[in-house]
Amino acid sequence: MPELLLLRCREIPDLRQLDVYLQHGGYAATRKALTTCKPEQLVEMVKASNLRGRGGAGFPTGMKWSFLPKQSEKPVYLAVNADESEPGTFKDREIIEDDPHQLLEGIIISSYAIRCHTAYIYIRGEFARGGRVLEEAITQARAKGLLGRNILGTGFDLEVWVHRGAGAYICGEETGLIESLEGKRAYPRIKPPFPAIYGLFGCPTIVNNVETLACVPHIVLRGADWFRSIGPEKSPGPKLFCVSGHVVRPGTYELPMGTPLREIIYTHAGGIPGGRKLKGVIPGGASMPVFTPEEIDVPMDMDSVQKAGSFLGSAGIMVMDDSVCMVWALMVLERFFHHESCGQCTPCREGTGWLHRVLVGLEEGQASPRDVDLLLNIAGNMLGTTICALSEAAAMPTRAFVTKYRAEFEQHAALGRCPLRSDEPGQSVSFARAHAHG
Amino acid sequence: MPTVEIDGRRVAVEDGTTVIRAAERLGIEIPHYCWHPGLSIAGNCRMCLVEIEKMPKLQIACNTRATDGMVVHTTSEKTRTAQRAVLEFLLINHPIDCPVCDQAGECKLQEYYMDYDRQRSRVPLPAKVRKRKAKPIGPLVILDQERCVLCSRCVRFLDEVTHTSELAFYQRGDHVELDLAPGKTLDNPYSANVVDICPVGALTNRDFRFRARVWYLERSASVCGACANGCNIEIYHREGTIFRFQPRENDAVNQYWMCDAGRMSYRDLQGEGRLTQPLVRGAGEFAPATWESALGAVASRLREGGAGIVVSAHAPNEEVYLLRHIGAAVNARVAGISWSPPGAFHDDFLVKADKNPNTQGLRLQGLAPDGAVGELVAAAGEGTLRTLVLHRADLVAWRDAAAVRAALERVPYLVVLDTDFRATAEYANVVLPIGTYAESDGTFTNHAGRVQRFWPAVKPPGGRARGGRRSARCSRRSARSLASTARRPCSRALPRTAHPWRA
Repeated sequence: MPELLLLRCREIPDLRQLDVYLQHGGYAATRKALTTCKPEQLVEMVKASNLRGRGGAGFPTGMKWSFLPKQSEKPVYLAVNADESEPGTFKDREIIEDDPHQLLEGIIISSYAIRCHTAYIYIRGEFARGGRVLEEAITQARAKGLLGRNILGTGFDLEVWVHRGAGAYICGEETGLIESLEGKRAYPRIKPPFPAIYGLFGCPTIVNNVETLACVPHIVLRGADWFRSIGPEKSPGPKLFCVSGHVVRPGTYELPMGTPLREIIYTHAGGIPGGRKLKGVIPGGASMPVFTPEEIDVPMDMDSVQKAGSFLGSAGIMVMDDSVCMVWALMVLERFFHHESCGQCTPCREGTGWLHRVLVGLEEGQASPRDVDLLLNIAGNMLGTTICALSEAAAMPTRAFVTKYRAEFEQHAALGRCPLRSDEPGQSVSFARAHAHG
Repeated sequence: MPTVEIDGRRVAVEDGTTVIRAAERLGIEIPHYCWHPGLSIAGNCRMCLVEIEKMPKLQIACNTRATDGMVVHTTSEKTRTAQRAVLEFLLINHPIDCPVCDQAGECKLQEYYMDYDRQRSRVPLPAKVRKRKAKPIGPLVILDQERCVLCSRCVRFLDEVTHTSELAFYQRGDHVELDLAPGKTLDNPYSANVVDICPVGALTNRDFRFRARVWYLERSASVCGACANGCNIEIYHREGTIFRFQPRENDAVNQYWMCDAGRMSYRDLQGEGRLTQPLVRGAGEFAPATWESALGAVASRLREGGAGIVVSAHAPNEEVYLLRHIGAAVNARVAGISWSPPGAFHDDFLVKADKNPNTQGLRLQGLAPDGAVGELVAAAGEGTLRTLVLHRADLVAWRDAAAVRAALERVPYLVVLDTDFRATAEYANVVLPIGTYAESDGTFTNHAGRVQRFWPAVKPPGGRARGGRRSARCSRRSARSLASTARRPCSRALPRTAHPWRA
């Protein structure tokens, strides 16, 4: 087992308490950054580390920071994306709830680097406990002079506010998040302009994911070279993988970027329970294309997964054994996207609902063979035609499921029912059962 | 200046010009729902997706800046596929109730379906999402949520132009619906503009709907006469009846908008009170007369001298000019008058307190309203006026009704030129019907001094001649000084005599 950095909280009890955190070297990175580095040096350091965003898109963090205008009359804001809502993803939650100071350090150092004096943590409303833990951590840090005015006597000021969302997936999209922070309906914005130029309240804004920011103190302490040495150079660093579904030990695993998917499923998560066989695995959260059992030798880093035809996304690995009906699984995914589409862009607003209804028809035996191709056609029309990526998030899994498990879809249409369904109406061999067990 | 190529044709545009605007220059319409030149860019309808070379994805033409060397294809297979797809998405939950929809004939869903889509529905009717229909949301506007394409034009208009924010979106995904914000009613003074900008039948006008299918209506360019702003409008009419006013784009005056009061003022132009033929008072009672005899009587009376002429700020410049001309020829005193009293409501946008369309024109021709008219009324009261001509001036409704009535009693010969039979006409010896501005050819000078032309949209009831021509005929008979009765010599003469034309 490699050393735990992001999940140090698992080895140190009560790490969320500031005194415990300080006893274990806490805020050394902050002190080092604020007292020995200029902001530009930190930006360069993060650039050199090749740190890429952990929220899903994998954009190079240092490059994102460098898009901020060099001269601006307006204040710069940091918005921390703690709206962890991608189905199958639960990594940020653990950092927030059990190691909030690690995140706060990341926020302070990053804010200093981008010359920001007000940061907002946008946390999904369902994370009530996380919200309370963060408030508590902020209060403690403030009392110790680690937040507020003149942090550590360096003259650097920073206020951090916790903003709780009201329960919408779209608030995790960075410009939807900004709109929501402004008190509006979370309609993602058209780009350009990008948030680095015109973000929160019309000011230059950086939106970073929790796990991304949590990497920053470690880069400051150990250097960009060290970070780059973990995993593939273009997409390096420690990474949290969330494994759920039909595995013996579901949970979050901190492993080097690039750890093969097979190793994660069979070695770390203990493989498929009950002697069943793997049927499919979604590597990066609900919105990413599914892999068949033949495709799981892929190293789990951004470039490798993309080369293999999917995306690392949020690294939410959802494992399905051979008891799962793939039509049903896709229907469940599309029910989610139908429910969560903000409704702004036509293709997504109408397409997510259409996909969902066609899938319900297939699963419930009210579909025609034409509907299999209809799914592909609808998905094709949703790809690349909208403001944000939610439309693609609904279309990409559809394409992958239908293409890779086409026989199963056609069988549904031909039989007029789900072939894997038990006789009891409304019962499906499902995730639900697996989750009920454990 | 970047030069962009669209469908094989090149156009040079200013920096920052969007592709949709550049295409407009070439006469190429890129279909769109949410984009409106008077509102912020929303980019949500996705109808204007176009293929641009060297870009991996289709781009929305409304938010993509034309750059030098950019090559755009608005009719390529990729663009066409996207257009068909967006239309299909828009229609899968649309009720397709065109036969009972008042928007039919001016609906962008219908038009684009015929232009770009024409495929059969792949969604069975019972699977459609149902929403609320025919919900009144204000005095002038009614909402059909099912027909709404959620383009947000109305929402943006109410946020950005009126700053009243009565409408908003609720729910998510294909259950999103447009509705009133809690506790609000769509009753701001510009509410009906949302009907004009709604590209589909979601918002319709409660006054206009179901009164005429739009393809039966003719359109004529005009200028609203309801206040001194002079919003540019289009008059929709059929067989002499006006059905509605809609704003006509003029960036310097009203952009794309008009106020509800102006919009509804079409009703003032047609009604029971319209005069249809000259009336001449015989022994106490009015009797219909021919134009020849009525004009002959007025002309010979004017030549006798001792006349006063009152012309109101509702008269177009050309009529003012002619009346001034008559006045000079017969040595009459000419006075200007505002007719409509100042409105209680006015703002710093379009609605002006001055409810007369041509106060500035009157003033610039030297007839400042409400100055000399007092002296004329006084002279009438003293019995020193032999003849009084009132042109679009309902003097009784002016200020001191009792004093005016007393004065009118003492005028030996009163000539009233008006569109309608109003209180003052009761005192007249001769009443001459003239046309409204919707029936006339002329100009108003708005509050800012802008001279704006209007054209006859409909014919006046009962006759063929119009206000300007009647005045001209009156002028020719009394003064014999105008060679022609047409508007043209009048507008040639005006620049030499009145300031606003000299600018």
